[in-house]
Amino acid sequence: MGNKTYLYNNHLQSNAKIVDFGGWDMPLHYSSQLNEHHQVRKSAGMFDVSHMTVVDLSGENVGYFLSYLLANDVGRLKNVGKALYSCMLNENGGVIDDLIVYLVSDTQFRLVVNAATTEKDLAWIRKHAEDFKVDVKQRDDLAIIAVQGPLAREKVKPLLSADLQESAMELKPFNAAWNDEVFVGRTGYTGEDGFEVILPEQQAPEFWEALLAADVAPIGLGARDTLRLEAGMNLYGIDMDENYSPLEAGLTWTVAFKPEDRDFIGRKALEAQQEKADHEIMLALVLEDKGVLRGHQTVTVEGGGIGQITSGTFSPTIGKSIAFARVPAGKYEQVMVTIRNKQLAAKVVKPPFVRNGKIFV
Amino acid sequence: MSNIPQELKYTKTHEWVRVENDDTVTVGITDHAQELLGDIVFIELPELNIQVNAKDEVVVIESVKAAGDVYSPLSGEIIAINDNLTDSPELVNSSPYEEAWLFKIKPSETLDNLLKPEEYALHTSHE
Repeated sequence: MGNKTYLYNNHLQSNAKIVDFGGWDMPLHYSSQLNEHHQVRKSAGMFDVSHMTVVDLSGENVGYFLSYLLANDVGRLKNVGKALYSCMLNENGGVIDDLIVYLVSDTQFRLVVNAATTEKDLAWIRKHAEDFKVDVKQRDDLAIIAVQGPLAREKVKPLLSADLQESAMELKPFNAAWNDEVFVGRTGYTGEDGFEVILPEQQAPEFWEALLAADVAPIGLGARDTLRLEAGMNLYGIDMDENYSPLEAGLTWTVAFKPEDRDFIGRKALEAQQEKADHEIMLALVLEDKGVLRGHQTVTVEGGGIGQITSGTFSPTIGKSIAFARVPAGKYEQVMVTIRNKQLAAKVVKPPFVRNGKIFV
Repeated sequence: MSNIPQELKYTKTHEWVRVENDDTVTVGITDHAQELLGDIVFIELPELNIQVNAKDEVVVIESVKAAGDVYSPLSGEIIAINDNLTDSPELVNSSPYEEAWLFKIKPSETLDNLLKPEEYALHTSHE
């Protein structure tokens, strides 16, 4: 028996198939995973992501602390409510976790980190926070509901209190607004527009039921995975972990090397890796033939170098299989993938595969 | 509980077998198997008129979750394949015993090794 979110009974009522995910009993799907996927691309779906952890940081030096802790630069957060995606690295440049950080005030930031990594993340954050006299608070009193899809924001609007409605609807992408209880970010993990709503967990079932009544379908982890891969987004523990740096995980764009005098944990290791320039790289692949790319399949590149699929799936939106693969350094237009004793050609593309319902590859 | 029609025979690897009037057999996968696989997206069927042995892998079914092998329940010759499934693999989810038959075999052995419906039901309940 794993941990259960406050919405566990709601999932059972919607006939969820429950699986273990990082120690949590979570819905894999409620009915057809394909239908759930299309529902998010075409209308609106909701995800219980309360297994993820909210961490509130506060203190006079919290900005300095995060600029040292994170590979992306919180100095880029110019206005209150702005969000940033970042990796948190160890000294070797390995990815401890990927997370979203929100600027709440001059002296407060909010992080949302992965479920399976929560314990080690908190240990790491607390260890370094001490020197900066930053207070670290794990908010396990909160639930998170992501509502995603072209109709998602309109569906959420009437459920917000009057004081929050206007500011939430005016949010630009990657910004958040809040009142004393409810925190609304225009963020997500699907490549669609939408909100991630963080609220006291006791309020979550009522919020969930109201969305259900507004024809927002519950979506399981299965469709969450195909949606995020179509959107070109990495999954921690699958596409990267502490053995790989952001440069080896297609996340170079999330590392702020400028300003050059900003010291952050892992910086030296990443600079050495960049200097050598022989590190592995991440490719995005589309399979033109029939078949499904899946994790751990062997990828052979021009010249005979060997790599591996990290995430692979059938893309319901495109109707073909798509994947991320980690391969030796180089420039490639096509690679060969070994699928069940057959060698099939896969085309190298630039992610995302799909965004806002449109196919990009 | 999944649907296990009484008039069919079964294998431990979740194929069903229907004996036709002309002594050929039709093969598909069970309701239980399609449920385990989830939404099916590709099906690779065998070639026509080839000889297969019992327990040979003859069909590959790819779902959103996993790839599954379908084994020939009997030795014999493949005499028909269901081409409809190439364009509509989802039929295996919606109609595993009717529209989504996979292939037909002219068997060269008896059906003694196949499971009766109640034996298959017991087998799936122990999985």
